[in-house]
Amino acid sequence: MTARRIIPCLDVKDGRVVKGVRFEGHVDMGDAAELAARYRDQGADELVFYDITASPEGRTLDYGWVQDIARLLDIPFCVAGGIRTVEQAARCLDHGADKVSINSPALERPEMIREMAARLGRQCVVVGVDSAFQDGEWRVHQYTGDPNARRGAGRLTMDWIVEAQGLGAGEIVLNCIDQDGVRKGYDVGQLAEARQRLTIPLVASGGAGAVEHFREVFVQADVSGALAASVFHSGAIAVPDLKRYLDQQCVEVRI
Amino acid sequence: MNVTLIGYGSGNVASVRFALERLGARVRITDDPADVAEAERIILPGVGAAGYAMQRLKALGLIEPLRRFPRPLLGVCLGQQLLFETSAEDEDAENGGADLLGLIPGRVEAILPAPSRPSPHMGWSRLSIRRDNPLLDGVQSGDWAYFVHGFVCPDGPATLAAADYGIAVPAVVNSANRWGCQFHPERSAAAGARILKNFLELPA
Repeated sequence: MTARRIIPCLDVKDGRVVKGVRFEGHVDMGDAAELAARYRDQGADELVFYDITASPEGRTLDYGWVQDIARLLDIPFCVAGGIRTVEQAARCLDHGADKVSINSPALERPEMIREMAARLGRQCVVVGVDSAFQDGEWRVHQYTGDPNARRGAGRLTMDWIVEAQGLGAGEIVLNCIDQDGVRKGYDVGQLAEARQRLTIPLVASGGAGAVEHFREVFVQADVSGALAASVFHSGAIAVPDLKRYLDQQCVEVRI
Repeated sequence: MNVTLIGYGSGNVASVRFALERLGARVRITDDPADVAEAERIILPGVGAAGYAMQRLKALGLIEPLRRFPRPLLGVCLGQQLLFETSAEDEDAENGGADLLGLIPGRVEAILPAPSRPSPHMGWSRLSIRRDNPLLDGVQSGDWAYFVHGFVCPDGPATLAAADYGIAVPAVVNSANRWGCQFHPERSAAAGARILKNFLELPA
């Protein structure tokens, strides 16, 4: 089978890695390429680079840094942020990215998922979903990178992930924004529910604060990967320590 | 070390190129049938849909030059699948799927999802080596490789190494002067780099 993936996510703003609590109030965490190389050497299984300013500002990511990262890494990486057309997604892959993740643009025009899958293959197409619990349901949120632009997307999370899978998504990254940045653990209940509805890989995002949270989400929600940012960037959890712990807990990881 | 990379508008050309450059290879990217005919060795990368990739190869006049190529040829990911005869990808009621290069017998099939086995197969799996081959020098059973694919090649005598994903996934295949890697060697850390290095050192 596959090892459970440990995926540091680098939120990028103007070429720097940033992290904030619930996306608000960003703190500079360092240079993107430097951090990427560090995680590669520590045994991260995959990296996600998220240009958090691209989507609300209506611009697309700068393909130059995609190429710089591709030159450096011998592990897979995914890029996200402001990809609005199949052509732009193809250009990310042409510059060396392995996958592209779309979020708000897919909500605006779900057909884009189908077009990307037809052209690029569904395995490259990741749909990122920001989900929060509201009025008794998990609901999709949009433009979460910018507190001023952020809003509800008028969709239920469980319906949207199934629709995205049907349109051709190859993987779902479910970011549970109630948990994001507060380090109280992944939203295992929501992720387990999502896992049951999907046949494609599911990656957990939002809430990691301790090594036990990773074990919990792999064992209880059966997700393929767990994404985290601040706990890795701040040094609170080192990837090699996390993997040793998971291995001891009989969670299969790549060591 | 010279290697020719087929750039035909299907995917991961840049990441394969960078991996080869990290190994010190001189990489030429081409879609010209004349370059293919005279190449020392060829890598056929590819991500995405088999039907689209074959259409591109056909439009560029590359199908016959690739079939006739007499020196080492390595297909990566979709490139491995293209070595086989047919693929169930793009199959519908009117159409029996995609015709491939037909260099290794068999049909590429979809990976059906099962409980705790999502499809596509996406992530790191261990290699299990079935038989020795110069491409696998220095690679051990148990080494990890990074896979991203929704379709799987037929398991048969061409399989040099497999991965277990509930089904046997032919991970490395070989027939005569053609090799394939289902996983992404350019994204498979040390084991992947070793396989690319071995390919560059195969006698041309």
